[in-house]
Parts: sequence; structure tokens; C-alpha cells
Amino acid sequence: MKAIEIDGVSKVYGPAGAHTFALDRISLDVDKGEFVCLVGASGCGKTTLLNLVAGLDKPGAGEIGVEGRSALLFQDAGLFPWLTAEKNIDLALRLRKVPRATRSQRVADLLHTVRLDGFGDRRPHELSGGMRQRVALARALAQETQVLLMDEPFGALDAITRDLLHDEIERVWTATGITILFVTHNVREAVRLGDRVLVLSSRPGRVVAEFPVDIARPRRLESPEVAAVAARVTERLRKEVRRHADDDEA
Amino acid sequence: MQTTTKPDTLDVELAGIDALDVPIAAAPSQARRIWSAAWPKLAAVAIFLFVWQAVVWLGLKPEYILPGPLKVFREFFREIGDGVLLKAAGNTMQRAAIGYGIALLVGSAVGLAVARSKVLRTAIGSMITGLQTMPTIAWFPLAIVLFGLNESAILFVVILGAAPAIANGIIAGVDHIPPLLLRAGRVLGARGLSTYRHVIIPACLPGYVAGLKQGWAFAWRSLLAGELLVVIAKKPSLGVRLSFTQQNSDYVAMVATMVMIFILGVVIDALFFGRLERGIRHRWGLVDGASA
Repeated sequence: MKAIEIDGVSKVYGPAGAHTFALDRISLDVDKGEFVCLVGASGCGKTTLLNLVAGLDKPGAGEIGVEGRSALLFQDAGLFPWLTAEKNIDLALRLRKVPRATRSQRVADLLHTVRLDGFGDRRPHELSGGMRQRVALARALAQETQVLLMDEPFGALDAITRDLLHDEIERVWTATGITILFVTHNVREAVRLGDRVLVLSSRPGRVVAEFPVDIARPRRLESPEVAAVAARVTERLRKEVRRHADDDEA
Repeated sequence: MQTTTKPDTLDVELAGIDALDVPIAAAPSQARRIWSAAWPKLAAVAIFLFVWQAVVWLGLKPEYILPGPLKVFREFFREIGDGVLLKAAGNTMQRAAIGYGIALLVGSAVGLAVARSKVLRTAIGSMITGLQTMPTIAWFPLAIVLFGLNESAILFVVILGAAPAIANGIIAGVDHIPPLLLRAGRVLGARGLSTYRHVIIPACLPGYVAGLKQGWAFAWRSLLAGELLVVIAKKPSLGVRLSFTQQNSDYVAMVATMVMIFILGVVIDALFFGRLERGIRHRWGLVDGASA
């Protein structure tokens, strides 16, 4: 059973005639419980693709099948600044019509899942970037979807925080058995986390290469095994970038 | 599946980085905060009173025409004591409350509708700004023709003065909502009414409060203009007092009434809208710790 099936999906931007393909007949599958990372240079339509899978946008052509609904994590947490961490998580439950009586316990559990017990009454601006991202993760988990989409979620974080959050997301993934589609431009991060790493071409976006990552977990970002796979992925990406050297303009 | 990094190690590391990362807000003492908020205001008032007194001392105008602050404040407190000024202020405030209340409902509803509907915005968006720039006093001839010299004419103009400012505030507030928050709302499953309730309305509050504040300024101005023009018999008000004292050459009482008008305008702005604004900025983290 597949958690995500993307079949021949295209998405065009701009007026007819002067349009550009953000995505051109892209196809990929993600197994239930799999952790798949997408890497690509600028203009590969990563964000477009996640928007389509999340149902925020409609594809121009092709089919997208998702197991149930999906939750989406943004690079900038996307927390509501007027709500505390707790209330941000609670809102996800409220919008799912979870009865009030069970909500506060559920919120406490989720805060514990991301190890932010005791920070529930803080507002987003009173938290660090890494903590905000963990609140956003808890809020996404509150949606209790089978699929979690992540759009460069750790891109804005410092190296140590990012390293810790890699461990954290891996722990959550292991504990919940959730399916994760993770978009990043950081190749090492992709290899560190993914069961598979898919390379997207740019303009138009298509899957041009697939790298299974057969490295035992827990992995370390700086381990030689991760570096070796990352080197191959990077080489493939560079080839993709070179292809655009003759492009006059975007 | 193998276990990831030893959970307890990760927990400790996360707790450690959290402790290092949490922004530390310096909390000044209560007394210090009050003092630092109060002294610039007190100094400004003192300078203003001094300049006023200095102009009187220069003797450009005879003192019965331009009374000094001491005389005016003595009169001010006497009239507060005998209830004349308070009664007038009471009637004026009642009109302000009713007029502003209706403007609040009308302006908010229109603003919210225009902000979210392309058709409505094209149709009346610029008209609202036009209404806002129109001097409210220009409405009075029409208001008097429509309603006669009565309460309704005044309220009509107060509402026309305040509602466009409130509507424009809410429109600006909605326009400045970061798209990310709207996306986040949709991902969480907010649709239709629940989007308004949980995302759009709370997210537009900063702009909305700015509009409310401006609306209050417009309402207060229109109201006083109205009370000067539309004099209703046996109903004392601040505007009526202004024109009455002028006609009776009681200039000390006239300036005392002006002091009352100024104080009411400032106090309501500071107590109500200022507080609302500060509360929101504080909650959103828009207060710069270094300058606070």
C-alpha cells in the first residue's frame, strides 16, 4: 500500500504561451511508513509539489493519491503569533472537532513528544527557532494524519539545533510509523534522514535520479557512509545545475 | 527497527539547547516602568503650561480674552464640582458611545466584507478612502436637511466620520496578514467561517486596532463639530457649552471646556486604544526589548 502516489503530475505557471512548467509529468510513490527526501536546486518545484500533495493547490494534469489527509510543516514554523504554544497545538485539535474534555491532555502529550513540557504557555516569539519548529511539529502531529510533508523545515536553524532536530524527527517517525515526504536543498540532511533520496530536475521539475540509502540507523550527519552517498547525490545535482548553464534567463 | 540516539541523551541535549536559546526578557520593576512612562508626559504637560502662561505674561491679548492656565483650571475644577461640566460631558460621551458603537459595527462588517471580496473591493474600496478624506463637517447641511436639528443628525455624521476609518483599518489589517499564516490555517483544516474566526480576525487585529484608534479620533472631532452646529434645546453638551460661553464672553469657562474636551479625547485614546495596542504588540512580540 502506498501512502503517496503521484502520477504524471504537471503544474504550469504564467499565462498561456509564456508559461513555465513548475512540474512536468512528475511521478513518484512513497510507501506507507517510508521516509523519503526530495532534493533539488532552485526552481525544481519542491514547494509546488508539496502544496499539491497537501491539497492547497490543484494539479494542471495527472493524479495525486494521498492516504487520508496530510500535515505540512513550513520552513518558518507558521505558528500563530497571537496564540501560545499550547493554543497553537490545541487549535489543530479544535479544527478536527476533538472534544474539549480530551484536548488538554492530548496537548500535554504532544508537548511531551517534542520535549517541550513546561513551555506550553510561551508565545512563539518567546521561543527559539528550533523550539518553534518543534511546536509546529507537535501541531502537525495533532492533526493525526498518516502523512507528514516537510518543506525545508530545518533550513533556518543553526547547525547544532538542526542536528538535534534530525534525531528528534527520526524518533517521532520511528515512534508513530508516520509517512514522511521531506523536501530540502541540504543533501547531507537528506541522506541522514531518508530511506530514499530523490533528485528533482529544475525547470521543469521531474524526478531524475533515485538513491536508496542503505545505512543503518541511527546515522550521523558527519559519518563517512552518509558522506559517501551524499557525494553521489551532490554529483548528480551538479550535473543538473550544469545543464542550465546555457539558459539565458529563467 | 533500531533505536535512534539514546533517548535520554537526546532529551538532555534538547533541554540544554532550549535553555541556551530561550530569549531572556529583561523585566524592569513596576515602579520603574510607571516612572519611565510618566515622566515624559508630565514634562510635556509642564512645558505646555509654561508656554501658555508665558504667552499670557507677554500681554499680547488682555487677560479676560486669553486667560492663563491657573484661572482656567480653577474654573475647570469649580465647574466639575458644581456638576455643570460633568453633565455636559456626560451627554457628549453618551453620543460618542452610541455613534462610535454603531460605526464600529458598520465599519467592521463592511471592512471585513470588502477585504475578502475582490468584487466588493473594486466596487467600493476606493470609495471608503474617499469617504474617510471627506471633511465630516461637510455632511452637516445634508444631515440637518434629512434629520432636522436633533440627535440623529449628529449621530449620522459621527458614524460617517468613524466607520470608514474603522473599515480601512480592518482592510489594511487583512491585507497585511502573512500568507504563511493563511496557508497554515488551511493545512490545519480551517475553512470558511472557521478561517475567519481562528485566522483572519485574530491576524488582522494590529491593523484593526489602528483603525479603531483613528475612528475614535474622527468620531470625537465630528461629534464636537456637530454639537457646535446642531444645538438641541435643554440638552447641555460640551459643544453647546463652547458656543454658549463664547456668546456670553465667558472665555475662562470656554477654555475650561476645551481642556475637558482635550482631556477626554486623550484619556479615552490612552486608556482604551493605547492599552489595546500595547497588549497586542506585547502578545505578538512586537516590542523591542532594548527600547522598552
